[in-house]
Amino acid sequence: MLGLEKKDATLLLIVFGLTMLAPFLLNPFPEGSAMAQFNAGYPDLMQRFVIFGIFAIGFNILFGLTGYLSFGHAAFLGIGSYAAMWMFKLFGMNVIPALALSVVMSGLFAVLIGYVSLRRSGIYFSILTLAFAMMSYALAYSVLATDMDGPDRQGLLQKGLTGGETGLQLTLQDPRILGQKAAEDGNLPVPNIFGLEMRSSAELELGNWVFTFSAGYYFSAVVMLIAFYLSIRIFRSPFGMMLRAIKSNQQRLNYTGLNPKPYTLAAFVISGMYAGLAGGLMASMDPLAGPERMFWTASGEVVLMTILGGAGTLIGPVLGAGAIKYMENILSKINSDILHGWFAFLPDGLEDFVVAIIYPFIGKGWHLTLGLIFMAVVIFLPGGLVEAGQRVARMFRGKKAEDDSKSASTEPAE
Amino acid sequence: MDWFILQLLNGLDKGSAYALIALGLTLIFGTLGVVNFAHGALFMIGAFCAVTLSRILTLSHQVVDETKTDFLGNPLKVDVPYVYDIFGESMGASIIDWAVPLSILFAIPVMIGIGVIMERGLIKHFYKRPHADQILVTFGLAIVLQEIIKYYFGANPIPTPAPEAFTGSFDFGALLGFDPGSIIYPYWRIIYFIFAAIIIGGVFAFLQFTTFGMVVRAGMADRETVGLLGINIDRRFTIMFGLAAAVAGLAGVMYTPINSPNYHMGMDFLVLSFVVVVVGGMGSLPGAVLAGFLLGILESFASMREVIEILPGINQVIIYLVAIIILLTRPRGLMGRKGVMED
Repeated sequence: MLGLEKKDATLLLIVFGLTMLAPFLLNPFPEGSAMAQFNAGYPDLMQRFVIFGIFAIGFNILFGLTGYLSFGHAAFLGIGSYAAMWMFKLFGMNVIPALALSVVMSGLFAVLIGYVSLRRSGIYFSILTLAFAMMSYALAYSVLATDMDGPDRQGLLQKGLTGGETGLQLTLQDPRILGQKAAEDGNLPVPNIFGLEMRSSAELELGNWVFTFSAGYYFSAVVMLIAFYLSIRIFRSPFGMMLRAIKSNQQRLNYTGLNPKPYTLAAFVISGMYAGLAGGLMASMDPLAGPERMFWTASGEVVLMTILGGAGTLIGPVLGAGAIKYMENILSKINSDILHGWFAFLPDGLEDFVVAIIYPFIGKGWHLTLGLIFMAVVIFLPGGLVEAGQRVARMFRGKKAEDDSKSASTEPAE
Repeated sequence: MDWFILQLLNGLDKGSAYALIALGLTLIFGTLGVVNFAHGALFMIGAFCAVTLSRILTLSHQVVDETKTDFLGNPLKVDVPYVYDIFGESMGASIIDWAVPLSILFAIPVMIGIGVIMERGLIKHFYKRPHADQILVTFGLAIVLQEIIKYYFGANPIPTPAPEAFTGSFDFGALLGFDPGSIIYPYWRIIYFIFAAIIIGGVFAFLQFTTFGMVVRAGMADRETVGLLGINIDRRFTIMFGLAAAVAGLAGVMYTPINSPNYHMGMDFLVLSFVVVVVGGMGSLPGAVLAGFLLGILESFASMREVIEILPGINQVIIYLVAIIILLTRPRGLMGRKGVMED
């Protein structure tokens, strides 16, 4: 199917099924029940799942296949967001051209940054990419935010090219030459795809359960599926083999008379374009772009996602992105009152003790849990969540499954 | 001329911090071959050692003050630090005032302890693994340390003042024969620079003039041979890790009056310190110090108003720009040895 092997086709179908049914699957608890806070089936979060999934899939094409650890991938995320915002401001609110520009712009920047950074490898590559990302951040934060043309063009160029600290926002004065300048009620127009607004949604009530189907989510999900399909094709292509060869032994590749540079650069650009696409989608869901998207912590986040899920595996990065975004949005909401509620059945002293032990790891401290899990993954499970899943599966199936683990689709990172 | 000296001095204190952190990073890289992304966290923990000590010193109990009454006529309770009870009031007050310098004594054992535990408990297992894994695991550790500090000390910066005696500024202008007031420089920054110079000199002297240092240098050059000679080089390298942690910690302790410590200060410095190490040359101790001061001073000159008017934003990108140019034109950095991490 679609030029995929049976195994990959099954994986794609499973992912397709899961993303399409996500509003149901992520809302397993009825509304108003004590467990309802664990529901992740609201559009905002689901969009983040898939958007960061795209970001991580792209990062994985670079890191998972070639082993080049970029610490500055967020630069492309930011560039994608700014490009999409400018498309919204100048032409119209349709997301398709906006996303196209995001991908093109981030691709161009990736060619530039990649060409320079890839002249070095190892830690130097990490530091070069980090330096470029921090430069982009500093430029977006201050330099590009100075208005060159004075206050008379303030409506359009709120503050230079990037809007500085406040970021780039839509205004009613934007020209939008191809679309309407303002919505019918006089408010700011909303990003749409041929008229279907990204924020529109339908609700379905089944008993106590409320399921929300958002246009924005389904649009992002379709984009993610396409991105995922492309990444499978890249993993399985001769080009993908080439990238793996670079990772396992670049010297040997040189000796066989092949120049690895064009291949790594291509991988870097592709992964930059994925990041740009994710950035464009972020701007499409919530029309705003700020410099903090380029800060190195954002680059660190995608590294965490990819490693946590399993670098070099197909589905790993998506799982990692989902896990981290779930923790960020759900785990961080649990406060000490809720904890006390859970452990109310224990005797008072014991209850306080248990809560005091758990409390640092949740709520505002969720980063601590993330850091610990991440360290554990790097130390014990270099293949991430995917490897964990395989090990569990192997335990159940016994020795017979050992051949399975060798199959290419879930090869853990080295 | 006075503006030149002013910018030079302004660059020195930041340069001192860069140099100290980069020195520690290089010590770890040169001895153990590990890229330590948690080094910034050590700097931050050092700063919080100062916070902790000043909190311990100001621990107090309530005493009824007979001479004062509140508006209802009841005797007023005042907080009296325990230090007052032990050392008497005037001595106690000056001890609290000198909390930051005293923290040096407190921070050295704490930091060496943390460094040794870190090396034995975690980093030891990563020598054989690729640099990417070392970066990742120490990055994870940095997040964990940062979050622990955030949990206990909160997310806001905690002001930790310098001793009363050093709060003023020194008028360099008058000293050097310029107009008085043209070059004003806070005392504490002078102290910080001198302190950094002493630490850097101490580390170099330790490596150069002691037997221990000689063995360590030999181990840096050829670890296996030193091991074959029957010297337990691993243990010495562990101690060097502790020492590097202490250097970072002390840099943090003394930096607290310049910048109120917060939980992410380490990461802010770390990114720049890595750039410093790379510019100086991976594994070269003098290179790290030189690059630290050079980049600090360069950053200070780039922040001048006259420069920013011509090249807006240059102050924020100058260090990265220099790093990119150096990495592309002179891969081993300013003073890096040939063949060390050159690819």
